[in-house]
Amino acid sequence: MQTLTQTLAQTPTLSGGFTEAPQQSARAFRAVMNVMARPGMIETLDLALPPAPLSVAAGTLALTLLDHNTPVYLAGKWDCAAVRDWLTFHTSAPFATAEEADFAFGDWDALQPVSAYRIGTPEYPDRSATLVVEMTALSNTGAILTGPGIKDSAQLSLPDVAAARANTALFPLGYDLFLCAGDQLAALPRSTKVRTV
Amino acid sequence: MSDYNFAYLDEQTKRMIRRAILKGLAVPGYQVPFASREMPMPYGWGTGGVQVSAAVLCPEDTMKVIDQGADDTTNAVSIRKFFEKTAEVATTETTKEADVIQTRHRIPEQDLREDQILVYQVPIPEPLRFLEPSEVETRKMHALEEYGLMHVKLYEDIARNGAIATSYAYPVKVEGRYVMDPSPIPKFDNPKLEMAAVQLFGAGREQRIYALPPYTQVVSLDFEDHPFDPSKADHPCGLCGSEDSYLDEVIMDDSGSRMFVCSDTDYCQSRRAAGHVGHQGVPFEEVSA
Repeated sequence: MQTLTQTLAQTPTLSGGFTEAPQQSARAFRAVMNVMARPGMIETLDLALPPAPLSVAAGTLALTLLDHNTPVYLAGKWDCAAVRDWLTFHTSAPFATAEEADFAFGDWDALQPVSAYRIGTPEYPDRSATLVVEMTALSNTGAILTGPGIKDSAQLSLPDVAAARANTALFPLGYDLFLCAGDQLAALPRSTKVRTV
Repeated sequence: MSDYNFAYLDEQTKRMIRRAILKGLAVPGYQVPFASREMPMPYGWGTGGVQVSAAVLCPEDTMKVIDQGADDTTNAVSIRKFFEKTAEVATTETTKEADVIQTRHRIPEQDLREDQILVYQVPIPEPLRFLEPSEVETRKMHALEEYGLMHVKLYEDIARNGAIATSYAYPVKVEGRYVMDPSPIPKFDNPKLEMAAVQLFGAGREQRIYALPPYTQVVSLDFEDHPFDPSKADHPCGLCGSEDSYLDEVIMDDSGSRMFVCSDTDYCQSRRAAGHVGHQGVPFEEVSA
């Protein structure tokens, strides 16, 4: 028996994508939208098998949202031939620097400095980057979240509370985060207010 | 097997709309530009709502479409048939059975749940448009949070009419930041904008998408001495007797007699099925096929 990790390590460029793209991308987007609309919520997103170090959740998110119109920045060890080839074949997204990217993939350390990413303009705050942060685990512990999408308050294990607070202070400008761990997905939009316990 | 791609739109278009929806959710109340497609129906018939619905529908979903609260009007029937044909999704007229509800100009009376999605058809998304025709200027006003003109408009209402005369598309402020047009829903529906469901707004001709995540703070603009009043016709429903639902006034004959009935047909029917009878109604009978 192979472990999931072994299977992932052997995923060739051409496989691991959606087998019925319209239906699977619709289901994937429902999970993606739910977590963005409800910061703190953790959903399972496991419809693609990307090559390591891209997680299952981040790979499925990439297939759902990326195409030739979305420049992608790969940070640190995520910038490898396996990930580049897989994303190119399945999404045809062009690669770009952190400053030009619509989407950035990597762990929190590799994605630094976050000041490099686009935060939109006062007239067009939507012209901002979305960071897909790879984490070792996700749980409803740690920082306390309040704001749009949250009834009273929620808790989420964030990679960096101070950076999240600085990003919220820029509202309506700022970048938005997706947090991935294996096949788990959560989000932290710029509108969420973050405080420590 | 349908001859259409799932939910009509091609995948690249859906990705573009989905990215716009996510940015709209991240900046509640801000109008995200999107490359609206030509749809097989004229502008003004809900092309924005249809594109948003097409981008969020899942094959397993059950869909409901209402026009001014009614499931059985032309616009609602044709959009429901459109998705039956192109997405092969189940449809319903019952609010609580629906996963995705596309609406023109009403919010259902029944409270929506966290797992439901409400998609609005929006004609003019820019609340400042009738005050300032230039998009460059209104965009700058949103950027600078310069909303004085909107308060002047409401003040002029009071100066001329003694009260705020705006009765639908009543402007709201979202999370203390963006002034937003809630689409031409009656102001009676404005308090319901703070709800458990995800709300998505699509304007096809004007090429804008905006969104309200669940429980987002939505405040109807007003003045301390003229507080917001979500008024409705001061009558009970003639068919089901409801005292607290939004009513349509229906002219009955040439001599001007009239009746007031619930605009939400599913709400009215379920009340009648539960035994409520209004003063012009008859006891509910299950229609046999």
